[in-house]
Amino acid sequence: MSDLQERESQKPEYLIEARNLVRMFGSRRERVTAVDDVSFGIREGEVVCLVGESGCGKTTSGKMIAGLLKPTSGQVLYAGKSVWNPRGEKGEDFKKFRLGVQIIHQDPYASLNPSHTIYQILSAPLLHHKLVANTREALERVAELLSIVGLSPVEDFLYKYPHQLSGGQRQRVSVARSLTVNPRFIVADEAVSMVDVSIRVGLLNMMADLKRDLGVTYLFITHDLAVAKFFAWEGRIAVMYVGSIVEFATTPQLINNPLHPYSKALLAAVPEADPELTRSKQRVELRSQDIPSLLALPSGCRFHPRCPYFEPGLCDVKRPEFLPVGEGRYVACHIAAREMRGSA
Amino acid sequence: MQEARSKMENKVVDVFKSKVPLTVEDLWVEYQIERGVVKAVRGVSFALARGESLALIGESGCGKTTLGVALIRLLVQAARIPKGEITYWRGNQGIDVLSLTQRELRRFRWRECAMVFQSALNAFNPVLRIWDQILDTAKAHGVMSRGQVRERALQLLEYVQLDPKRVIDAYPHELSGGMRQRVLLAMSLLLDPQVLILDEPTTALDILTQRTIIDLLRRLKEEIGFSMLFISHDLATAAELADRVATMYAGSIVEVGPVEDIFYRPVHPYTLGLIRAVPTVTGEFEALVSIPGAPPDLVAPPPGCKFHPRCPYVTERCRVEEPKLEPFYGEMHSVACFNVQRVQQDTLDLQERYAKYMGGKAA
Amino acid sequence: MTTEALIPKTGIRYWPARFLRGIVRFLKLMSRNKTGFVGFLLFIGFVLLTTVGPLFVPQAKSANIMEIYAPPCKLSQWVEFLRTSWFERVPHSEIKASSAPMCSEHLLGTDSQGKDIFAQIVHGGRDILQMALLTGLISTFVGVALGSLSALIGGGFDAFLTMLADIWLTIPRFPLLAVLATLVKLDNMLFLALLLSVLSWAGLYRSIRAQVFSIKERDYIEAATALDLGMWHIIFSEVLPNMLSYIAISFTFGMTSAIYAQVGLVFLGLVPLTRNWGVMINLAWTQGAIFFKDSVYFIMAPVTAIALFQLSIVWMSRSLEEIFNPRLRTG
Repeated sequence: MSDLQERESQKPEYLIEARNLVRMFGSRRERVTAVDDVSFGIREGEVVCLVGESGCGKTTSGKMIAGLLKPTSGQVLYAGKSVWNPRGEKGEDFKKFRLGVQIIHQDPYASLNPSHTIYQILSAPLLHHKLVANTREALERVAELLSIVGLSPVEDFLYKYPHQLSGGQRQRVSVARSLTVNPRFIVADEAVSMVDVSIRVGLLNMMADLKRDLGVTYLFITHDLAVAKFFAWEGRIAVMYVGSIVEFATTPQLINNPLHPYSKALLAAVPEADPELTRSKQRVELRSQDIPSLLALPSGCRFHPRCPYFEPGLCDVKRPEFLPVGEGRYVACHIAAREMRGSA
Repeated sequence: MQEARSKMENKVVDVFKSKVPLTVEDLWVEYQIERGVVKAVRGVSFALARGESLALIGESGCGKTTLGVALIRLLVQAARIPKGEITYWRGNQGIDVLSLTQRELRRFRWRECAMVFQSALNAFNPVLRIWDQILDTAKAHGVMSRGQVRERALQLLEYVQLDPKRVIDAYPHELSGGMRQRVLLAMSLLLDPQVLILDEPTTALDILTQRTIIDLLRRLKEEIGFSMLFISHDLATAAELADRVATMYAGSIVEVGPVEDIFYRPVHPYTLGLIRAVPTVTGEFEALVSIPGAPPDLVAPPPGCKFHPRCPYVTERCRVEEPKLEPFYGEMHSVACFNVQRVQQDTLDLQERYAKYMGGKAA
Repeated sequence: MTTEALIPKTGIRYWPARFLRGIVRFLKLMSRNKTGFVGFLLFIGFVLLTTVGPLFVPQAKSANIMEIYAPPCKLSQWVEFLRTSWFERVPHSEIKASSAPMCSEHLLGTDSQGKDIFAQIVHGGRDILQMALLTGLISTFVGVALGSLSALIGGGFDAFLTMLADIWLTIPRFPLLAVLATLVKLDNMLFLALLLSVLSWAGLYRSIRAQVFSIKERDYIEAATALDLGMWHIIFSEVLPNMLSYIAISFTFGMTSAIYAQVGLVFLGLVPLTRNWGVMINLAWTQGAIFFKDSVYFIMAPVTAIALFQLSIVWMSRSLEEIFNPRLRTG
């Protein structure tokens, strides 16, 4: 094999990978497992959405992948190399990882420092990491970034304070801030949830343009299935329930043919902005409305008390494994896996 | 009384004549802040028919919440109502809500018209059990005996699919968001009001919980038959629950009509903008369009139509003259815009859906 | 749009203009709160009185038995006195002869030794003020430094300091001071300031630590971590600017408690400092000034001066929050 071929074959399949991530909170007596054995990989240039209801562990998973939270056990791999070394300290190349992965927060009112002007917020990382030679270059680069995220005319925003901008504008500044260090991967944690409906689309389109023009990879965390579908139509969606991923498939696959009962229930339950569609939708009846408490998790499959396909003796005894079921899909359900195997 | 009735004869709401529990006429609400006067609600008129559910849709800053609390006079001290009438009709008796005394107001609220806020923890007193709060509410507004209240409360809690014994003695923080919303609904129905006003009933709830609340509301409305006014920014909730939808922008209603009209035959550029900006989950991928710009400053709004700086159909007339809400598709569907014909031309795809939907209904 | 055009034209070139604009903005923000503004003016008044005043008001004259507890002049006589002494430069001796018999030229009367009270007030405030400022600065500095480091570093360091602070807070400060005063000679002002700061660091440490904990959890701090901006940047550039109002108010309360501590010590006669308000109270007390009607000015003057000064600081702190509130800034 030539040098080039060797290097190509050694290139990791995934830009960022989570392997058996576990995160627990609390004291020794009262431990809560927020994230329980989550594994998936994201390829360069891809969009992966992490969807689920509140408390499912999606934000915790996102923060672990972004390196802002240390996993209790499991690995996060960036470009093939583990981010944390076995002793739990920062591995080598941690700085590359740190700058390569950025985060956009949910709350536009808390994500920008109220004491700084927009220019100060955006120029700080540029100057700190010596990405620009002097303040004049910093000014040029900041102006460039502001126009990339759609905040024009630039001089209207440079010296304003965050409280003078609207929610949507602040989110754009957040995105610009994350771009200052030329990241390869951005974790967007409910980035459009607190923004008005008519502004959301503009933000999402801007973020999609960044993917197209700069090759940015995204992990988009949201509870809104419609937004997930729109943003990740060409990507994949992972559905989480009570700390683990129950289904992982491409967006068209998930939307048109969900396999896990929870995914089916979610898709059937979502209200749609279309009267005919929403009033004629087939609902999935769940056996119980109670959301399990993290302190008293059900045995076996976490979803079994509510699952309409529940099989006693199987679902309440053995935890389903997260298995590939063909066409690049993964499901954690005994029934679904059996059906897919049967039809294979 | 005669005068009020004759004023109403001339209005679009004429259709509902003796079947209306609530009418609002030319309501204006203002707040005084440092910078100036915020005109939060500007000349809003509508009627809520018996047993119907009307959705008030708008984004942040459009005045919908202000309008909602104005209806039961829960506005803050700094707010003023310089003009307008809110009339509540019981049979043929009209009650002018704005001129009620404090005592009369206490009897009006909860018995005639109840308001349900978001299920957040701060809708409850955290140190009181649910039963104490129910009893307090009943005592404050009615003369029912303790035993009667208890019975009715247990009945209602069961009706909203909660375990009555468990919930009635619980503290608010012990209940989940969905359960709290159901308790609020049960509490609102305690004294059997004619009108229910809901402020963001399903926001901040998980998808599956939202579903149960929406189904519950639908069932309650069908079985009990109260009128419902719900305020939301969520078009999907309106699509689920509403009989009629009114879109609000910068303090006034820009379009109002039956739900299928608003979603499949919108004629106001803002309504159309909203519909084109909201994705659906099932079905094919749709390209979405955002509305450029931002809502106007309500202290010094632009002249003419308040939406004109963001409107793709803007003309010179829009910049100077503010359009009035006028019937378009018959009496039931009114819009405030000068360019409806051009908007119509851009909604041919939606209009096809309308024909299909109406055809399906007729069949 | 060239980058040249983007550099803000805020008169950076001329620093006097910028300075003046800063002052104007400062005053405008101060005046948002009425009580705060009054407190601020009062505070400035005291500062001027005690620092600039001594240049205009001569030291209290030596004892004059004839003039013990002379009452202060009425307002009209004050005006007359000022007019004749300042504008017409009539020497004191001549005024004395011409003024009414019951009034002396002393604005606030005289003390038990016949010395002018007003002059003593003017000259006696400087010690107190210097002490207050110094103690305030040192204790705030120590409290902020330890509190923020503790919150940011966490772990064993934080646990140790918190335990230390908890124990420290149980020590009764004033009796300890009194005991120390008997063992050590407390005549150096800097030393006294240091001592007072050391004794009162714990309270400030705890409140700053709590404040930093709450700021630490905010999203923009997490973003700064993700951008790898480093601990120093986070402390000085991200956290501290949002705590400025808190720090300023803590500083003012540090001043007030330092004043009380010092006056208390002096009143008890434990600290051999020069003639200041505390010493005046001590003298008045020991001379039994509270028992006579005539001598009431002697004891009330320093007490009122201290009380008013404290009040001005407390009132002023109400405005400080406005000054440091970033939401009132416009770019």
